[in-house]
Amino acid sequence: MKLRNYWNLRDAGAQLWEGSNRKGRVTIALSAIVLVALLPFAGASFLATPIAAYDAVLVYPVGVFVLMALGLNIVVGKSGMLDLGYVAFFAIGAYTMALMGTLTSLNTWQIMPFGIAFAMVAGVLLGLPTLRLRGDYLAIVTLGFGEIVRLIALNSSWTKGPNGIANIPMPPDIGPLEFKLDDQKVFFWVVVVMILLTIWMIRRLSIRRPGRAWEAIRQDEDVAELLGVHTLKYKIWSFSLGAAVGGAAGVLYASKNLFIAPEMFTLNVSILILACVVFGGIGNIWGVVVGATILGYLPDRIRFISDARLLVFGIVLVVVMNFRPDGLLPRKKREKIGERAQARL
Amino acid sequence: MNLQVLESQFWSLCLQGVALGFIYVLISLGYTMVYGVLRLINFANSEVFMIGTFATVVAQVGILQNQTDSQSLHGFRLIYTLAFALVFSMVVCGILGILVELVAYRRLRALGAKPLGFLISAIATSIVLLETTRIVTFSRPQTSPRLLDKWSFGEVAGANFRIDTVMVIISGVIIFFVLDRFVTKTRLGKAIRAVSMSEENSKLMGINLNRVVSLTFFIGGLTTGAAAFFYTTVYETTQFNVGFNLGLAAFTTAVLGGIGNLRGAFYGGMFLGVLEQFASAILGSQWKSVTVFTVLVLVLLLKPNGIFGEAVQQTRT
Repeated sequence: MKLRNYWNLRDAGAQLWEGSNRKGRVTIALSAIVLVALLPFAGASFLATPIAAYDAVLVYPVGVFVLMALGLNIVVGKSGMLDLGYVAFFAIGAYTMALMGTLTSLNTWQIMPFGIAFAMVAGVLLGLPTLRLRGDYLAIVTLGFGEIVRLIALNSSWTKGPNGIANIPMPPDIGPLEFKLDDQKVFFWVVVVMILLTIWMIRRLSIRRPGRAWEAIRQDEDVAELLGVHTLKYKIWSFSLGAAVGGAAGVLYASKNLFIAPEMFTLNVSILILACVVFGGIGNIWGVVVGATILGYLPDRIRFISDARLLVFGIVLVVVMNFRPDGLLPRKKREKIGERAQARL
Repeated sequence: MNLQVLESQFWSLCLQGVALGFIYVLISLGYTMVYGVLRLINFANSEVFMIGTFATVVAQVGILQNQTDSQSLHGFRLIYTLAFALVFSMVVCGILGILVELVAYRRLRALGAKPLGFLISAIATSIVLLETTRIVTFSRPQTSPRLLDKWSFGEVAGANFRIDTVMVIISGVIIFFVLDRFVTKTRLGKAIRAVSMSEENSKLMGINLNRVVSLTFFIGGLTTGAAAFFYTTVYETTQFNVGFNLGLAAFTTAVLGGIGNLRGAFYGGMFLGVLEQFASAILGSQWKSVTVFTVLVLVLLLKPNGIFGEAVQQTRT
C-alpha cells in the first residue's frame, strides 16, 4: 500500500474492500450497517442538533437527502444529464401518498408502489419529448417542469391548493416497531433500508448493460449512438429510475410529515439535492452518500448556517466546481477497473 | 376561460404585450449575447435582472433621496432622476455580469470543463445572488416610488397609450438599435462576432478572448439592467424572487428567436409578450408561467433553432 493512500479516503476504502475475501466483505458491510442503524441512539453525544430533534434530523433532511441524492445521481452522475426539476418526482410521490392516504384506506406500504409508478410515468412522459434536447436546454426544461408540478399543486382544487393536505396517515407498525412522531428511530431505519436497496439497485445496474450505456452516454453521446447504444432508451431508463427513487422518498416524506403543501416543493429542493451530488462527487455512490450526509446534517448542527442554508450551499457549489470539480470523493477512473478486469481474464 | 376579453380588449392586450415583450427582449439579450460567444446559457442572468430592479430602487430612494411615498416629479428633475436610475441600474448589472463571468466561468473555461460543470457553477452563482438578496431584504417586497406621473396620451381602439408603456417601447427600440449597430458595425462588435464564429481562429487573429467574453457579459448586463429599470418603473414593486419568471420568459424569448440570434430575439420577445398577455387574460394570470413554459417546450421540440431560425446563418452575433 502506498503512503498517499492513507490520505486518499476513496482509494483506501476501495483497497480495503478489494483486498478482503467474501467473509471480510460481509463483515465490513454488516458492521457498517449496524453502525449506521445505531446512529439514532447517539443523540446525547457531540452529534446532537441544537435546533431540531436529533432523530428527526436523521430522517429529514439527512436520510431523505441521501436517498434523493442517490436517485439524482443516476441521472446527473451516471448518465451526465442535468435535471433541475428533480423535486417534481418528490412532489408526485408525496402527493400520491397524501391523496391516496386521505381518500382511501390503503396504508403507506400499499401506496408506495403507486407513488413510485406515478413518478416513473411522469419521468417517462417528461423524458420522451425532452431527452432529445442538449444538456443546457434539458436543464431549463426540467427546471420548468418542476415549477409546473408545483404550480398545478398550488392552483388546483383537488390538491387543496396552497392550504396543502393534512392528516396524512402514519405508516402501520412493522411487528414490534412502532412509528411515532416524537421518536423517529423507526422512520430512520426504514430510510436506511430504502437507501441500501437503492445502492444495491445502482450497483447492479452499473456493472451491467445499462450502466455501460450510461457511462458511454456521459462521456460522449454522439459516439455512443454511433457505436449502437440506444441512447434515448437508456436516457429514459435513467430518468425514470431516478424518478422512482424520488417518488419513493416523497411517499415516505409525506407519511412522516403528516402534512404537505406546495411550498415544500420549490426549486430550492432540486438545488439542494444537486449540491449534495456535486459536493460529494458526481457519479460516485459513496461520495454522494457522504456529501448528502454532510450537507443535510451541518445546517442543523451549526446554528448560523440554518438561516442561510441555501446561500451556504450555493457558495459550496461554486467553490467545489472551481477548485475540486470532481467533488470530495470523485469517481474512480474507469481505466483502473478496465485493467483489473483484464488481469482477471 | 374568458374569451370575451378577446373582443373587448384586443388592442389593449396587444399594446401591453409589446411593452412587456420589449422588457423580455432586453433581458434575453443577456442570454443571447453570451450564448453567441460561449455557447453556454448564462443562468445567472435572471438574478442579474433581479439585482437591477433593486439597483433602480436604490438609485431613486437611496442615492437621490426620494421618499417611497413621495409626490411624482416634473420637468428636469424627473428626467434627471429617471436617467440616473436607468444608467445606475445598467452599470450595476453590467459590472455584475463581468463578476458572474469571473466567478462562474473564467476558471472553468481555463480548465476546459464539460458543459455540466458550467451549468452547475452558473446555477450556483445565481443561487448565491438570490439568497444574498433574500437575506439582505428579509424576503420583503420593495416598492419603488411613483416618480413618473402616469398620464395617458389617449386611447386608440381601446388601447391606452400610457406614458410608461410608450417610454418602454421607444427606449427599447433605441437600445436594441444601438446594440445591433454596435455588433454589426464597430471593431469590438466584429471581435464578438469573430469569437462566436470560431474561438480558436479568433485567438489566432490576435483577439483577446477573455476581454471579448467579459465585454459580452458586460453588454448583456447593460441591457438586462435597462430591462430592470423599465420593469421597476412600470410595475413599481420588486422582490428577491422576481428574476425567476422573468428569466424563464426571457430565456424562452431567446430560444424562440433562435438563441444566439440578436434580431430573432426581438421577434421572439414581441410574440411571447403578446401571447402571455392574451394567455393571462383568457386563462387567468396564475397560468401565465405555465403558458410560457409550454411555448418553450414546444419550440424546443418542433423547431430547436427557433421559429425565426432561418436567418440564423446571417445574423448570428
